[in-house]
Amino acid sequence: MNHMRKLVLLALPAILAAQTPNAQNGKKIFDGYGCYQCHDHDGHGGAGARLAPNPIPFPAFSKYVRQPTGEMPPYTKKVVTDQELQDIYAYLQSIPQPTPAKNIPILNK
Amino acid sequence: MPNRRRFLKGAAAGAAALAAGTKPAAAQQPANRRAVTAPSASALAEETGPVSPSVEVLTADRPGSDFMVDVLKSLGFEYICANPGSSFRGLHESIVNYGGNKAPELITCCHEEQSVAMADGYAKIEGKPLAVMAHSTVGLQHASMAIYNAYAGRSPAYIILGNTIDATARRPGVEWYHSAQDAVAMVRDYSKWDDLPISLPHFAESAIRAYQIALTPPYGPVLLVADSDLQETPVAPDLRLRIPKLTLSSPPAGDMAAVNEVAKLLVAAENPVLLADRAVRTADGMKLLVELAEVLQAPVVGGKFPSHHPLNQAGGRGLIANADVIVGMEVPDLWGSINTVRDQLHRSVQTFAKPGTKVISISAANLDIKSNYQSFQRYPETDISIAADAEATLPYLIEACRRLITGDRKRALEERGKKLAAAHEQGMERARAEATYGWDSTPISTARLSAEIWDVVRDKDWSLVGGAPSRLWNVDTVYRTAGGGGAAGVGYSAPGSVGAALANRKYGRFSVAIQTDGDLMYAPGALWTAAHHRIPLMSVMHNNRAYHQEVMHIQRMANRHQRGITNAGIGTTITDPNIDYATIARGMGVHGEGPITDPKDLGPALRRAMAVVLRGEPALVDVVTQPR
Repeated sequence: MNHMRKLVLLALPAILAAQTPNAQNGKKIFDGYGCYQCHDHDGHGGAGARLAPNPIPFPAFSKYVRQPTGEMPPYTKKVVTDQELQDIYAYLQSIPQPTPAKNIPILNK
Repeated sequence: MPNRRRFLKGAAAGAAALAAGTKPAAAQQPANRRAVTAPSASALAEETGPVSPSVEVLTADRPGSDFMVDVLKSLGFEYICANPGSSFRGLHESIVNYGGNKAPELITCCHEEQSVAMADGYAKIEGKPLAVMAHSTVGLQHASMAIYNAYAGRSPAYIILGNTIDATARRPGVEWYHSAQDAVAMVRDYSKWDDLPISLPHFAESAIRAYQIALTPPYGPVLLVADSDLQETPVAPDLRLRIPKLTLSSPPAGDMAAVNEVAKLLVAAENPVLLADRAVRTADGMKLLVELAEVLQAPVVGGKFPSHHPLNQAGGRGLIANADVIVGMEVPDLWGSINTVRDQLHRSVQTFAKPGTKVISISAANLDIKSNYQSFQRYPETDISIAADAEATLPYLIEACRRLITGDRKRALEERGKKLAAAHEQGMERARAEATYGWDSTPISTARLSAEIWDVVRDKDWSLVGGAPSRLWNVDTVYRTAGGGGAAGVGYSAPGSVGAALANRKYGRFSVAIQTDGDLMYAPGALWTAAHHRIPLMSVMHNNRAYHQEVMHIQRMANRHQRGITNAGIGTTITDPNIDYATIARGMGVHGEGPITDPKDLGPALRRAMAVVLRGEPALVDVVTQPR
């Protein structure tokens, strides 16, 4: 095995890790970068729109975060990297469906 | 103006009584008193000698403040809120002794902002003013934000301000700091009327006038300066005093020609929208609004309209976008109901209404408008503007619409009504589904908080005196909601809810408030007032541990500047240490429970608090919540 090939193989886990969205890190960023302020800690929406479960497709999500057309402040690449954005998206994808309203007694009185 | 010092000097009346009460000093000493020095010869002479005809009179039977109480009683005030202050000590004493501390009963407050906010909250439920006493300069300075809230919210607070006009009558030092030449000047820009009476007849006339003005739409706060000399100087025996008759003004109704034009547009409209914001002042007003909506089968957005009525429509923006006629009734910001300004670096206007939409305003706001404070909002372009009270105009508008509706038109309107009813049902289902998101989250979602409170109060004759209900709550009469501070001044909700609960008390209603944490920290003393005066109120904290609106503002700035987006909590959050609101409540004699962080614990905690409130006492449940 030549020298170059050995280096690539050694670095492969790190490269792969950088490309695999990390939902746990996404949750951390969601809180740390202030997403929760408008969308609540679980992305359920509050002052801002509901983001989860079932977030909109990533391209649309990414486009809106970078260049919002409504009231949301812009999160440019300078403050949220593409990788971090993917992590946030992975976190939103990980949020489960809520219990249906018909199964919550006090919502049916 | 009479001067109590001059009045007393040299007066001989009462000297005989003084003489009769005089006893030798030795005879007055208790038997077990030890080591008492003998009085000097001069002191002995002063105590035992003949009374001089020029001796000061030190007592009075009927101070001016007693008459002031007569005037207040004639106006039917149930309560008078005050943090004590020397500039109104005469009136204070007359209320509790001469007046028997009944109608008005003195409500002890811990801050003047609390006093006025309580008056504001009381009026929102009772529809009439609560009296407030405030202490000259510093007291009014404390009260000023709450007065601004009342002014912007068209609430009839009635404030009596102590002051000492006569500079030669003031004691040195503090009394000078606490006196002003024109005490009301600092709040005149945001109050409806004020006066500085210089005699008791003048006080009576201005007091009645102030009440009438406060309750003439558009309502507003009024101030009456009660000069300390006028309070404390005895009423001259030959002074004939009378209290003028109070006649409340009938509210101004819209000009019939204009009302008929509005009716024509409404009856012909395919998609009319009624914006009801502050249109309803009374229970009858709510019935009239329902009648208008049903006659037209038109959707109603906002205001005191029954929440489960099929014509109650949320999501007003979509309706406005589709509207051909929009009628704003007492809408403080009609422009903002139809347009918005994006809060981005370059602020741009977005208009929801389509071109050609007829916009109509019925509002009394222009009948009392001032220049400096910008509470009048942006100028709305309208097609018809009626300067009149909306509630007073409703009967005429209903009648005019009825006259124009033909049989065919009625059938068409009924079809529209069916579609709106279906949309209303869909909206209710949507609201139920929305509540499920984050149902089991910690911190507790605001939807869960609201649903749990509703589950507790729904079987009571409830009144939400602080915060807003979710769509699931059945708001079916006028006192179910009280609304917030008119100028969005933080610090209103806690005292305002106590004032509203005070109004509800005699009706046996169950008062409940959704209380934000930042707001409570402005005037937490309101809790003590609730405990002291046994005002039943269940306060449920929406505790997001922040001045959260400001967190979002700082976040917006950091994003805009592309730096430090993790620092928005500096200076805006209320953590480290977290405030233990239940302990604060208990410290003020209020049942306190929490912090509740697990949603499963919320229902039982609310039921325990409810039991306390049903006994006639206040209770607070601290709930740690999601931000919004």
